[in-house]
Amino acid sequence: MAQVLHGRGPVTATANKSRKKRPFLLDLYSTAVGKKYAMAITGIGLMGFVLFHMIGNLKMYFGAADLDHYAEFLKKLLYPLAPKGAVLWILRGGLIAMAFIHIHAAVSLTRLNRTARPVRYQSERDYQVANFASRSMRWTGVTVFLFLVWHLLDLTFGVTNTVGADGEFIRANVYDNVVRSLDRWPVAAFYILANIALGIHLFHGAWSLFQSMGWNNPRFNKWRQAFATGFATVVVVGNVSFPIAVLAGVVGG
Amino acid sequence: MSNHLKDITLKIWRQSGPNDGGHFETYKVDEISDEASFLEMLDYLNERLINEGNEAIVFDHDCREGICGTCSLMINGQAHGPERATATCQLHMRKFKSGDSITIEPWRAKAFPIVKDLMVDRSAFDRIIESGGFITSPTGGAPDANLIPIPKPVADAAMDSAECIGCGACVAACPNGAANLFTSAKIAHLNLLPQGQAERYKRVEAMVETMDEYFGSCTNHGECEAACPKEISIDVIALANADYRKAKVKNRKQLARN
Amino acid sequence: MSVELNAKNPAGSLSDKWENYKADVKLVNPNNKRKFKVIVVGTGLAGASAAATLAELGYQVDAFTFHDSPRRAHSIAAQGGINAAKNYQGDGDSVHRLFYDTIKGGDFRARESNVHRLAEVSVNIIDQMVAQGVPFAREYGGLLDNRSFGGAQVSRTFYARGQTGQQLLLGAYQQLARQIGLGGVRLFNRTELVDVVTIEGRAAGIVVRDLMTGEITSHSAHAVVLATGGYGNVFFLSTNAMACNVTAAWRAHRKGAYFANPCYTQIHPTCIPQSDEFQSKLTLMSESLRNDGRVWVPKNPDEARPVDQIPEEDRDYYLERLYPSYGNLAPRDISSRAAKRAVDRGQGVGPLKNGVYLDFSDAINRLGKSVVEERYGNLFDMYERIAGENPYDVPMRIYPASHYTMGGLWVDYELMTTIPGLYAAGEANFSDHGANRLGASALMQGLADGYFVLPYTIGNYLAPMLNKPIPGTDHPEFKAAESAARERFTGYLNVKGTRSPDWFHREVGKIIWDYCGMERTQQGLEKALSELPALYDEFKKDLRVTGDGESLNQTLEKAGRVDDFFQLGMLMCRDALDRNESCGGHFRAEYQTDEGEALRDDDNFCHVAAWEWTGDPMSAKRNVEELNYETVHLATRSYK
Repeated sequence: MAQVLHGRGPVTATANKSRKKRPFLLDLYSTAVGKKYAMAITGIGLMGFVLFHMIGNLKMYFGAADLDHYAEFLKKLLYPLAPKGAVLWILRGGLIAMAFIHIHAAVSLTRLNRTARPVRYQSERDYQVANFASRSMRWTGVTVFLFLVWHLLDLTFGVTNTVGADGEFIRANVYDNVVRSLDRWPVAAFYILANIALGIHLFHGAWSLFQSMGWNNPRFNKWRQAFATGFATVVVVGNVSFPIAVLAGVVGG
Repeated sequence: MSNHLKDITLKIWRQSGPNDGGHFETYKVDEISDEASFLEMLDYLNERLINEGNEAIVFDHDCREGICGTCSLMINGQAHGPERATATCQLHMRKFKSGDSITIEPWRAKAFPIVKDLMVDRSAFDRIIESGGFITSPTGGAPDANLIPIPKPVADAAMDSAECIGCGACVAACPNGAANLFTSAKIAHLNLLPQGQAERYKRVEAMVETMDEYFGSCTNHGECEAACPKEISIDVIALANADYRKAKVKNRKQLARN
Repeated sequence: MSVELNAKNPAGSLSDKWENYKADVKLVNPNNKRKFKVIVVGTGLAGASAAATLAELGYQVDAFTFHDSPRRAHSIAAQGGINAAKNYQGDGDSVHRLFYDTIKGGDFRARESNVHRLAEVSVNIIDQMVAQGVPFAREYGGLLDNRSFGGAQVSRTFYARGQTGQQLLLGAYQQLARQIGLGGVRLFNRTELVDVVTIEGRAAGIVVRDLMTGEITSHSAHAVVLATGGYGNVFFLSTNAMACNVTAAWRAHRKGAYFANPCYTQIHPTCIPQSDEFQSKLTLMSESLRNDGRVWVPKNPDEARPVDQIPEEDRDYYLERLYPSYGNLAPRDISSRAAKRAVDRGQGVGPLKNGVYLDFSDAINRLGKSVVEERYGNLFDMYERIAGENPYDVPMRIYPASHYTMGGLWVDYELMTTIPGLYAAGEANFSDHGANRLGASALMQGLADGYFVLPYTIGNYLAPMLNKPIPGTDHPEFKAAESAARERFTGYLNVKGTRSPDWFHREVGKIIWDYCGMERTQQGLEKALSELPALYDEFKKDLRVTGDGESLNQTLEKAGRVDDFFQLGMLMCRDALDRNESCGGHFRAEYQTDEGEALRDDDNFCHVAAWEWTGDPMSAKRNVEELNYETVHLATRSYK
């Protein structure tokens, strides 16, 4: 637990350091505040994704044809202006990049924060306002990430789609794939748990991004937490309804 | 009116120097007036330690009026102890009861190395101010004080953030060991005032980047605001974040012109 | 025989003196300034502003503070405000009026030329501080707001909530920080002055102790500035911060700097009384409370009823009774003494019967609770935090406490002590407040000295020294001072007696408070002068300092400070005993009018007593500087 004091002797000329010259974005990203911008902006992008993903999936309540047609529609975005699937791949590329930056920033900040307090408090902390959501961001984040991996393997690549279930994975038959997958109760349970984790993550993240970006106005500040709560609730309720609907037979029954 | 608390158990962090491991030591205070301040309770204990031939517990304190920012202490896991908007020096024993066990730890952060026992070195805060926490205004050249009217709400908002006493409770309380509240309070104070505009973006860039060398990052827990003896709002952090972003763009534009 | 001290007052009429001085002063070429090194000890208002300004001018500055950061200096605790003759309110204020109020408030015991200069530069201070970003209170129109303060009939006090000292200190600290960042100032923190070194009659540097390592080192310079504050902590209980001490000034005094008017101390009437024997300090409550609070004590010393059941006829509103025209707003010294007398008669209130009531129930009935809350809410909260009682329901208890010391190192017009090259600024010097300081004038003086006086006057001393070598720290005088300091601190550790430094401090404080506090008598002072040396002997024989001298040791630091308080305490009592008059903060019971007012003796005591070290405070030599009033006429202060 040893530590070294700042050198004794006089203190002088502390402001004369010059920072390494870097390209603009990298320079910005090199500071903790810059990384928080990155997390906030990518967070907004990813929030947009989870919201529209949830809304799109609501089509499963209109039946197989609607949902499958929606999947086809996504592939045909801007078609014939762009080749079939091109826009979707650009969006996917963007999402992957955003997820990567979001995670990279989170990991670097976590490491920075660990080094900022190399010796932990030796007695129990009594937190006043830091809530479960804010203090568990990295665990809810990891949970959501692991779920994402499973989710892709399950419904996009079909690797795990037929494990413990009958039938054949045909990618275009989105509705069947979803029903087949969520009919397995452990999968449904994981799905629900992961979405609750996502909700908790959003509850803090959707508020936190205003702080990080400095979008702050005394008149609107009280709406920031309400927005985050509302957003998280909508996404979680929407998403969690799918496995319940499948298990209950409302969808696919 | 004055009552006495009995059987207080103190678990106090003792560390003989910056390079020592340190450990908790338990002390008993049989009786203390509830009128005593928390630090007076430590004075009393120290007097006893000296009488017993032992070394007194080192802790930082000075004005004991809650304004100089010298006192610190993590008391039962809370920076400055259980009373809100109160620095340790203004915490009184009447907030505790007989038989209580109180754990006292120094503030912990890489930027605040422990000097001895409960005393830490907060020089990193000075480095942040030195990098830009000022308005360049050499003596003698100032225009008349009433030349630039400042709307009262602006002056009041600047004053709200200028109340920071630099105690370091924000860093101590932050789960990440971040100094954003301290740094942003000074940025907000100076950046809100008309006098601070000339150096606004240079200031925020320099201060944020100096802060980065010593401290962790803000993840918006809000613990700093809850621990702050002057109740400085985390809104100042948002203000500084916005200004830093603008600074990076504006400063680049200015550099390009040179 | 006493020596006539030369204050070096510039020629010309009072209002021209400072201009004349500036016109004649020797200058140092900007390129040559970097060849001079100036040491500034203390980083409060005076020290930080002096260090920053000298560095801006180009001098090499070494700044020393025993705190962890310059921002901790006790200037930070000043609440009320700062005076300046801006006349922004158009109520007839002027430099002359501020000058006259300050002289009169000081009971005609301050040097006219210094005070006039203070009033002149007060205007620049406000400009300077606003430019630095000090968020002074403002009107809705955006212009600066003023409030009025004791001893003045105009509104000239600028303030920043109840934290004016904090905001001004942070302003000066930020200027200092800027210079540290730029390399103009080298800052030595947690480093305490332990001796001043003079070589061939000039200040050559200082010896300091690194509080973190115990290491003793020397620093040489062309000039040394002491801005190390006052000695109010000699009373043990005072509103000063715990670390405030007289050591720097006292060590300079022992090296030849005269100590002026040590008996001029100010006792503030509205502090929260001591609550138990552990009490370490007293907290000031703003004097403004007396605008709406009524001061009273029970008529019967044995009153046992709860406060709200004591009927009106059994209450003694003694200020209103004794001073019908001023009532509860009687000046500081008068209301302090009245409170002391009530408590001495046994009418004190509170568990220790050591306070008087400051009652807001009338104000709450008359104005409503919300108005009272609006005016004093933060003060009431602070009171409740400390005293544990809600002043909306129970009257506040208050008692006077030591607050400020007008005495200090004797300085001439240039703020130079009797040691050439050694300057004293701020509360550490004696110059501007005479025998009593007006509210909101301490901040003004600290900043005036540091920003606007020293930067001119130091050049006058340095200019002729250009390219002349100064003695280095290897000079035998430095070595001798270093080993004396080492011996001193090992000495404290080696006594191995039974009493802690705090115990002795409390005992000294008790003696000084009882005999050299609010009211002094010949008999009492003689008693103090016989008790103090005896206690000092005991201190030397029975002190116990635990721990070692090689790491941070607050007990050891305290021992050194208490040692110096002992010696200063003796000098205070001697000064009080020799000043056979009452003036301002110095009230000798033998010298009062029939109404209990201070009775000055202008024929015999219209002078500054400047004490010269002779090896023992008990045999210090009293020199005088006659005060010649060219502009003002000596008058009796009256508050009837």
